[in-house]
Amino acid sequence: MSYSTNEMMTVAAARRLRNGAVCFVGIGLPSKAANLARLTSSPDVVLIYESGPIGAKPSVLPLSIGDGELAETADTVVPTGEIFRYWLQGGRIDVGFLGAAQVDRFGNINTTVVGDYNNPKVRLPGAGGAPEIAGSAKTVLIILKQSARAFVDKLDFITSVGHGEGGDSRKRLGLPGAGPVGIITDLCIMEPEAGSHEFVVTSIHPGVTREQIVAATGWAIRFADDVATTVEPSEVELLALRDLEARTAAAHGQAPGEA
Amino acid sequence: MAEILSLHDAVKQFVNDGDSIALEGFTHLIPTAAGHEIIRQGKQDLTLVRMTPDLIYDQLIGAGCARKLIFSWGGNPGVGSLHRLRDAVEKQWPHAMEIEEHSHADLANAYVAGASGLPFAVLRAYAGSDLPKVNPLIKSVTCPFTGEVLAAVPSVRPDVTIIHAQKADRKGNVLLWGILGVQKEAALAAKRCIVTVEEIVDDLNAPMNACVLPTWALTAVCLVPGGAHPSYAHGYYERDNRFYQAWDPIARNRETFTAWIDEYIRGTTDFTAFKAKLASASEAAQ
Repeated sequence: MSYSTNEMMTVAAARRLRNGAVCFVGIGLPSKAANLARLTSSPDVVLIYESGPIGAKPSVLPLSIGDGELAETADTVVPTGEIFRYWLQGGRIDVGFLGAAQVDRFGNINTTVVGDYNNPKVRLPGAGGAPEIAGSAKTVLIILKQSARAFVDKLDFITSVGHGEGGDSRKRLGLPGAGPVGIITDLCIMEPEAGSHEFVVTSIHPGVTREQIVAATGWAIRFADDVATTVEPSEVELLALRDLEARTAAAHGQAPGEA
Repeated sequence: MAEILSLHDAVKQFVNDGDSIALEGFTHLIPTAAGHEIIRQGKQDLTLVRMTPDLIYDQLIGAGCARKLIFSWGGNPGVGSLHRLRDAVEKQWPHAMEIEEHSHADLANAYVAGASGLPFAVLRAYAGSDLPKVNPLIKSVTCPFTGEVLAAVPSVRPDVTIIHAQKADRKGNVLLWGILGVQKEAALAAKRCIVTVEEIVDDLNAPMNACVLPTWALTAVCLVPGGAHPSYAHGYYERDNRFYQAWDPIARNRETFTAWIDEYIRGTTDFTAFKAKLASASEAAQ
């Protein structure tokens, strides 16, 4: 089956969620990939949304982080304070699944401003739950479309820390979680290099060239010694994703937001 | 004991110019009607507190009610930007507005601390983030037992909290369910608390352990069916996703926004009149 680069991105991200993992899900692309994982390879993945649902099993993608169906299909719904206090800070999250407006070579995330904080060129929505998810989840996955505007050499603002300045930054900061272990884009998969913790390309999606990846990255992106070719989406994965998107469009009268 | 009042009277009596005010509701049960009434009554210089400003604060900010915004995520969920919030921050329209920015975990903890009568909240947060550099109220504290350095943030203790809930009984006890967000904490953190409800019943029939706010912990209860629209009230109506989309072009420029506020909010006497006007406009568009 033919497929789009966005479908490849979502499928590649979904494959990273092992069955049974407890996943704190951001809205938009992370939510789409996490639900695809639940509907395909990882039926027992536990999806936690910051509004309060634990073990949500929505039939359509939520438009907002607190859609009613998340509550109706959850194992339990707890207050938002409890989500952050007992479940995230308490050390019970295996994977924090985040989107971003901008990311740098160490997986640090900006969702606050482009330009100067006090005189911003673009005011972005802000932190939400991401800083503490990035700090406390045992691992973090980041999913976003790749472009030189989004993959920048230097962030204007670090909203949520990844590997900081690289090396043993996280350890020095006293962060409990291991930080980002993968950035999944529409072109490739990046993983942190041992030691430096700089993200390097470890898998290139079929049909994508190294030149495309270099052009869509604002820093001098490096490639691992052994770069894989990402396995194409299977028919099962594509049909599940397209069904999910069709059900979502029918339910909401629009595509789910990427905000 | 909470008084059962009209929303007009509750806002008139308990919301003052210059107050700090929290209108909470995490996607669910957002007290939209109360936000409208504050605009209608022309309240000024408010410090607005809310984790997710949403359309309700976009309206209050654009209408010139806000002096300061305390928040942790300011977008139109599933749609994009809050244009009035951005215009105030980026171009000081309709006037300059101070912002005090936190993360969700921080504000959620700050409400818990406020409800607990504590001056600050402690949490493991912000290491490696630039937010403490732009918000001097984010400080740190060293654990006296382990030596761990943790984030310390001031508790949120608003002059007034307003929330929306499904039911109240005739004494003013309130029952809410579904996604609860930080509403209970926000209600108990405030000096005064107004609750708008979908219906007032003889008996709440609340299950054991249900989220019930006792009447003696509240200030006023107002019957406002539909008062959370375009957000939703679980068991009553669904989220009006089309309104969230329709808001984007309305809020995108100052003229269309002001015309909308003048016609739909300042040009209506109360939420019932607003709903009727919105329904007739929607019929005319079909």
